[in-house]
Amino acid sequence: MIDELLQPVGYEFFRNGLIVATLAGALCGGVGVYIVVRGMSYLTHGLSHAIFGGFAASALLGVSFLLGAGVWGIASALAINSVTRRRPIGADAAIGVVTTASFALGLILFALFGRSGRSFDAALFGSVLGVSTGSVVAILAVSLLVLGVVIFFYRPLLFTTFDPEVAAASGLRTSRVEALLMVVFAVSILVSMQVLGVTLIAAALVIPPTTARLLTHSFSKMLIISSAIGAGCGFVGMNLSYHLDVQSGPGIVIVAALAFVVVYAIKRPSGMQRAIA
Amino acid sequence: MRRSLEQQPDEPLVRIVDLGLSHHHQQILEKVNLTIEAGSLLGLVGPSGAGKTTLLRTITGTLRPDTGSVEMRAGLSIGYVPQLETVNWNFPTTVSECVLMARTSRRFAWPTSSERALLSGILARLGLDGLANRHIRELSGGQQQRVFIARALLRSPDLLLLDEPTSGVDVAMRHELLHLLEELRASGMSIVLTTHDLNGVATHLPAVACINRSIIAQGPTEEVLTPETLELTYGASMQILEHAGLRLIVESPRHTHPPFGNDANPLLGQKR
Repeated sequence: MIDELLQPVGYEFFRNGLIVATLAGALCGGVGVYIVVRGMSYLTHGLSHAIFGGFAASALLGVSFLLGAGVWGIASALAINSVTRRRPIGADAAIGVVTTASFALGLILFALFGRSGRSFDAALFGSVLGVSTGSVVAILAVSLLVLGVVIFFYRPLLFTTFDPEVAAASGLRTSRVEALLMVVFAVSILVSMQVLGVTLIAAALVIPPTTARLLTHSFSKMLIISSAIGAGCGFVGMNLSYHLDVQSGPGIVIVAALAFVVVYAIKRPSGMQRAIA
Repeated sequence: MRRSLEQQPDEPLVRIVDLGLSHHHQQILEKVNLTIEAGSLLGLVGPSGAGKTTLLRTITGTLRPDTGSVEMRAGLSIGYVPQLETVNWNFPTTVSECVLMARTSRRFAWPTSSERALLSGILARLGLDGLANRHIRELSGGQQQRVFIARALLRSPDLLLLDEPTSGVDVAMRHELLHLLEELRASGMSIVLTTHDLNGVATHLPAVACINRSIIAQGPTEEVLTPETLELTYGASMQILEHAGLRLIVESPRHTHPPFGNDANPLLGQKR
């Protein structure tokens, strides 16, 4: 039984996949806290679909996925940020237009020039296959970078997220802080996309923070708990996906959803927590 | 335009000169002239949509005037207390996290020992001791208001700005707040607050400025709050009754005409 469970660890691709999934879970769990408390879950859908356009374009042009989709993703994130700051246009609608257009472009590029169905499936739903050592290094580097940003800019990030008006009144350059957050979102989604997939990455960004919110009302604790839940779900979900022979994205997300259900059942929301941020 | 004033004792902290600001082709502030002297406790009084919050935002620098200037004493530090209605009460933040986040001179999460001492001193001063680890939503209205005042005080401001600090609060809490503001002023802080509550707040302040798109009058409360000024500010006829040393402002029963300011201030829709 134990041997059977440990069997996949013998394969290098699986070991890489497991490391990436665990780190991606922790990364998305932590970064997702800033998204969930702002009520910006729609942004994650938008951003991951926008990055899909860059993914397809980089495949077509034969450039590195991280480079192509990275530039595309960061540009989209900053564009979304500037749209969000202009209120007369409905931010959600504008994001819907920009990012679904980018996604549609990706689909068209794949349909016209895509080589096989597998890479397309992998992009949409995540795949443990083809997780190279390079992917491990990339996600490790981004995780350390994001950790550094969260620690070093903790108070400006928190102040701007909670109370942008007063933060600005107190002399913080909130537009820069928000741009920094958008870049953090974009690079985190970028390096997590390979194992989680475009369609399911939003769940990795939303479910662990939502679960953590049920367990604490402290922001710093929520960051830690959410990252831990994300990492655990990444690890367990990746193993589950191997044994059930399903894509890695659904495996990870179903474990996260189960974790939420369990916590929700145990910690029946009190009046105070009923309306989750 | 923002300029610095000389750091002389007789210079005011803030001097606003001919300030004008419009938004979406609607004039919100027009030829506003206002001075905030050191050690003042000033109420900005006017109807909804008169531009009170907008004026506070031009002082903090989050809004730039189209015309005129805001001159500030060099190195002036400002503490800002937002309206409680604009706070996201579902946000995961404890009292100590909420107060500490504004001290951005240090960026890390964990406070230094001197910050911890400062925090516990301020919480104790505002009667919030023992509540540091509670979620902000679990507190009473008065305690919630004091958390945001504590957050502003942690920055040791020279000037404290409060936006409608008494809106939606009961009588006891209103008295408590006015008492606290008087104490802070006695300790050397200058305070400006906005209010549309004439009897509950304005008449208890030493000085007020009546505003409706521009400043109608500024000065000692008993001189400024006259039926004439109030009618110009609110567009409604009002009378002042004196009873047992108290001044009570009441609406006249006769027909009133609408004020020239209105509720359609587009900037107010921008609050979070």
